[in-house]
This record gives sequence, structure tokens and C-alpha cells, in this order.
Amino acid sequence: MSGFSENDEKYQKLLEIIETNKNVRGSLIRVLHDSQEVYGYLPIEVQKVIAEGLGVPLAEVYGVVTFYAQFSVKPKGDYRVSVCLGTACYVKGSDKLLERLEEELGVSVGDCTADGRFSIEACRCIGACGLAPVFTINKDVYGKKEPDDIPGILAKYRD
Amino acid sequence: MKMINLKIDGIAVTVPEGTTILEAARAAGVRIPTLCFLKDVNEIGACRMCVVEIKGARALQAACVYPVSEGLEVITNSAAVRKSRKITLELILSNHDRSCLECVRSQNCELQTLASELGVTGIKFPELGGRELQPVDDLSYSVVRNPNKCVLCRRCVSICKNVQTVGVIDTMERGYRTVVASPFGKNLAETPCVNCGQCIAVCPVGALTEKSEKDKVYEAINDPDKYVVFQTAPAVRFSIGEAFGMPIGSRPTGKMVTAIRRLGVDKVFDTDTGADLTIMEEGTELIERLQNGGKLPMITSCSPGWIKFCEHNFPDFLDNLSSCKSPHEMFGAVVKTYFAGKEGIDPAKIFMVSVMPCTAKKFEAKRDEMKNSSGFADVDAVITTRELAAMIKENGIDFTNLPDSEFDDPMGAASGAGVIFGATGGVMEAALRTVADVLTGEDLKDIDYHAVRGVEGTKTAEVSINGRTVRVAVVSGLGNARKLLESIRAGEAQYDFIEVMACPGGCVNGGGQVIQPSCVRSWVDLRAIRAKASYAEDLEMPIRKSHENPAIKALYSEFYGKPGSEKAHHDLHTHYQKRDNY
Repeated sequence: MSGFSENDEKYQKLLEIIETNKNVRGSLIRVLHDSQEVYGYLPIEVQKVIAEGLGVPLAEVYGVVTFYAQFSVKPKGDYRVSVCLGTACYVKGSDKLLERLEEELGVSVGDCTADGRFSIEACRCIGACGLAPVFTINKDVYGKKEPDDIPGILAKYRD
Repeated sequence: MKMINLKIDGIAVTVPEGTTILEAARAAGVRIPTLCFLKDVNEIGACRMCVVEIKGARALQAACVYPVSEGLEVITNSAAVRKSRKITLELILSNHDRSCLECVRSQNCELQTLASELGVTGIKFPELGGRELQPVDDLSYSVVRNPNKCVLCRRCVSICKNVQTVGVIDTMERGYRTVVASPFGKNLAETPCVNCGQCIAVCPVGALTEKSEKDKVYEAINDPDKYVVFQTAPAVRFSIGEAFGMPIGSRPTGKMVTAIRRLGVDKVFDTDTGADLTIMEEGTELIERLQNGGKLPMITSCSPGWIKFCEHNFPDFLDNLSSCKSPHEMFGAVVKTYFAGKEGIDPAKIFMVSVMPCTAKKFEAKRDEMKNSSGFADVDAVITTRELAAMIKENGIDFTNLPDSEFDDPMGAASGAGVIFGATGGVMEAALRTVADVLTGEDLKDIDYHAVRGVEGTKTAEVSINGRTVRVAVVSGLGNARKLLESIRAGEAQYDFIEVMACPGGCVNGGGQVIQPSCVRSWVDLRAIRAKASYAEDLEMPIRKSHENPAIKALYSEFYGKPGSEKAHHDLHTHYQKRDNY
């Protein structure tokens, strides 16, 4: 499903990351970070290679991955839409923005569109409370928007 | 050792440096409630049930992880402490499926006991925190995981990962969504779980239980066409009394036999006889390997948790495993072939029930390789010591007041060698008793092999038999087995014969035994006390060597010819397969 292969450059990178860190105590999180950098997310195949390589049970690897919000077991889109659900944004209605984004893109929070273009995630405070409610698409920041602004904004990325 | 003086509730106490407040309180006769704590397995201060006030400290501290220091003054029962514990407990309860009346752990539940002891009479929070019930994972043949009962104490995670080095369950997600589960939402049957059931033995509540086969057994007992045969493993008799309030280390073997007979079964046999048979086959295999340059070390194969562990993690050692089936499987095969023929019973009608201290035997009995003797499964149902105790209760049998009775003939005779099979080192000792006699051709009198006894996780010895030195190792607990095999793999150690038992201390401490709460098993060594009972029983047996058991002698003269014969191989031996992890 993930297009994971043991014959590509990514896999070689993964093995290198594991090799560099495998005798370092407490290196699991670093390995996960670097591997997510390579693959964009951490599918089961990647986690299995890491577990085996570091001699850590897969259950522990998966436990760490699901504990930290920055790790993802699902692929991310070319455009990562991230909606702030911090306190300030939330009281300013960011949940409505999120709802509308899910509706427009046809996927739930945490998921990626079938064409791999967009993924939606919810995030904690990004430190732009003055612009609440805030969401980002990759590095673009959108503040003080209404649900009805969403279709227009998404159109810019749809080409 | 440096000693520390402190006061607990005003009581002066002196304890060695490094002692925790919890342990020091015990010395002072003060009981502090705990939930997540299990000595040597889980000491993480997570649940906050054991909080105490410490003079000069800013906040309440967890007694189970707080080391004592000179002059410390601890209050364990102030209003603030009691209030904190009660709120914590109510919050844990709010997240718990409180269908306690329907729970297999009712009346043997540490959470229930705490609620009673702390005086919980009402819980002000909504049940399950307003959440829906989660699905129960019951696809494994051995272990059922009910997340709705879980209190997130992490004892199971620790024993699975740190003690057994299996690590198929862990904490997932965080905060309110935290669950103990297998990765990627897999059920236990899809993981490299070895079914040892140690997670069940340490679970304070009903979140982990065995997959019960009681109903199947009742159905067979109630079916007039079925000929129901029970066999009980060596370790069961040294734990079952605990379910009826008898002290740990009791030996109610005769009562157990009477109780099973009163369930309405046709025959009650002793797996010890199967253990004697295992020794004949395994001993012969060992001698053969020693004399003919066979693959060494030979490793015992009685423990199905160990076997699955080996298949997942050490496939390069599969040829080292003895090809012998485990004692209860051998015995099932014998009952459905030899015994059936002798008594003129159609093996199709025989329903073989194994009462085991073990949950992995449930999985083992369903392996295809265990169906080759009579054409039917060697064993039809496996129930744990706990399930047998439950059946005895359900049938209104007053266990502690029962008269003793003997196992049935002709397959009831067993030797002391079979009796000690349930303790770590027992299989090794039983094998050495027979192998030494066979190789020397003598009836040796010195048959107590003390070097392989005791609860240590790894024991090694060199045994001289007929001028030959046999290097033996005994390990219990899969973490110890892993270490030993890794050292052999690396060429750092060499042995001729290795006994492995998956559970720490062996079957006497198996995952199917009566569950003792942490307030007991943290402070007494269950393994040692139950093992001691088995060695005491061995000493009382008129026959203490497997090859002198008359039932075994008759079996070979009338049926199998000699140990290791072609017929014996067909019925009593098996093979193994490499298994993938996930």
C-alpha cells in the first residue's frame, strides 16, 4: 500500500540511519525522526525494519510513534493542511474551519486524499494567536478566516 | 550495609539504604495500598495509589519508588493522603468497565479490593468517561485482552517486554487515549505472542484472562457418547489449593483427584506419567545424540511458550530442539491409541482434557502436528488450574473437606521424576536420573541433582556420567533463554543439554496458575514455595525414576517396543517451523 520497497534509495537511507544509531542508547526517537524525513511518514514496513535493526519490540516502536504528535503512520499529502486547535483558535471557531476542510477535501483529519495532494491534521498552538483562527498549508499561514473562505484558498493549490 | 533510621506514622524503623518507603512501611507494620506496583517487575510509581506525606516535601510522594533517607518522617494515613488516594481510585474506576459481577476476576481483583479497602461508596464521574466500550481481543487461543477493564498499570507490558523479552503489548497513544495494545491494532494472535500468560498472572484486574474452554469440557461431560479423560499436569496440584484458601505450597493432590472425579468424568490420569514417558523418549534421544555425534546442545521441548519463542526468534536452533512432544500431548496420544485399544474404546469417542498450569498449552493442542497419533487431536481441550478451580466451585464441591483419592489405573502411576517436572530444573533432573542409570547400567542411589534446583533464572552444571562430562544448563523465563541462546550463537558458551521453561521458575509459576495479588507475590517467592512442595512430594514417591514406572514399562513392552522406536516416533514426536514476526 505504501509503495515500500527494499530495492530503492529510500530503503538504503533507512538502513544507513539505523546503522549509524543502532548502538546508541535511546536512539529510537532520532531514528524515527530521520526515517520520517526520508519516507514522509512511518508505515508498518518501515517500523518493522527499525524495530528489527535496533532490537526494540515493534510494540514499543509503535507506542512511541503514536505517543508523539509529530510522527505519523499515515502518508502526508503534497500540501499538508494543518489546523490549529489551540485554545485561542478553538474559541474563535477553528473547529468549524476543520470541519469545512474535511468536507471540501473529502477526508477526515489525519488522512490524505486519494490523489496524494492534500492531507489534513490538527495541531497545537503555533504561536500566532493574534491571527486566530489559524491554519497553515505547508509554509503558508492563513489567519482570521471563515469557513466560506476555504474553497477559494484550496483552489489556489489545486491548479 | 548502611542502615537508615526513619519514622513511619510515628513508628521508628531502621532499614538498609536503598529501601523504599513502601518496604520500610512493611517493616513498621504499616500497609500502604498499591495498584501498579509489582516488586521486581513494575516499580514505576504511575498509579499514585501509594502516595504518602513526607515532612518537608512539597507534594505527596509515591511510596513504591521513594528511597528512604536518614531522619525521614512519613505519614501514610493523613486526611490529605486518604483524600488523594480516594479521588485517584475513583478516577481509575471512572475509566473502568464496572461489570464486576460478570468478571472472571471478581473476588480476586486488586481494584475491587482497593475500592472496598478505601471505602469507595460512590463514584462521581461518568462510567468509562462517557466512552463507548472497546472491542475485546479474543482471537488468540490462549489469551483474551479486554481493554475496557485495563487500568494502565503496565505490569503486563513490563513482564512481556522486560522479563520475557517478547514485547508484543505496549502502551499506545497518549493522555486520555492511552491504551495497552499490540501495534497497528493487531490482535494478539497476529503477533509473535508466545501465549505464556505471564501477563495474565500479573494483571491486577480482568483485562487479561485465559481463553476459557470450560464450556467445551462441560459439553463433553454431559454427552453420554463421550468418554471423558482428564489429565493433570505436575504443577497444577501445587497451586490449586490456593483457589480454596489453602496456604501456598499446599499439596492437595488427592483432593484434586476426588474433585475431578466428582465432576463426572470417566477417568482421571496423571500427566506425570506422560512426563515419565517424555523422559524415556527424550533421554533416549539425548543418549543417541551424545553417542552418535548428533546436534548438540539438545534443548527440551516441554514448554510450548518456549517452542513458539524459539520458532519466532531462534529458527537456527530448531534442530537443537528435542523432537519430543510435550508430556500432555504424548499422554493424549497414548490414551487415544494404547489405552483406547486396551479398553476397547473408539478413540473418536474419547475426549481428552488437559488441566495445565499453562495458557500456551491451549495453543499447542491446536497445532496440526498434534493430530497424527490416532488421527484425532491428541488433546481436545486444555483448561488452566484456574478454570479447574472454577469448575469445582460451580459444581458445589467442597474442595478443602474432600477425602483423598488416587489417580486411575492403568495410566495413573507416576514417578517422583514426573512430579518435579513443573519446577525449573525438574525436567533436567528427571532426565539425568534416567540417562545416568542407562549409561552406567546401574541403579544409582545418588539421584538428587541439587545443582539444577532453585529459582535462579540460569543454572549451569557439569555432570559426570559414566566417565563422560555432560555440560548442562537450565533456564527459566524467556529473557534468560534469549541470553543463553545468544551466548551459544556467539560461540561464548557450549552445552550438551539445556532445559528451557518459558515461565520464570517453571510451570509452578505458569500463566495458568491461581493468581496471587501483588500484595502477596511481591513479598513471597511463589516459585520457590510451590517448587519446594513438588520436591517434597518427589521424596515421598516410592518410585523416583521414570524408567522404573510400571505403567511406562508396560507401555513399552505391550505397545511401543522400545523408546525411540518407529511407532513411538510416529505417536510421540513432532517437528517445528520457523515463524515470522508480524
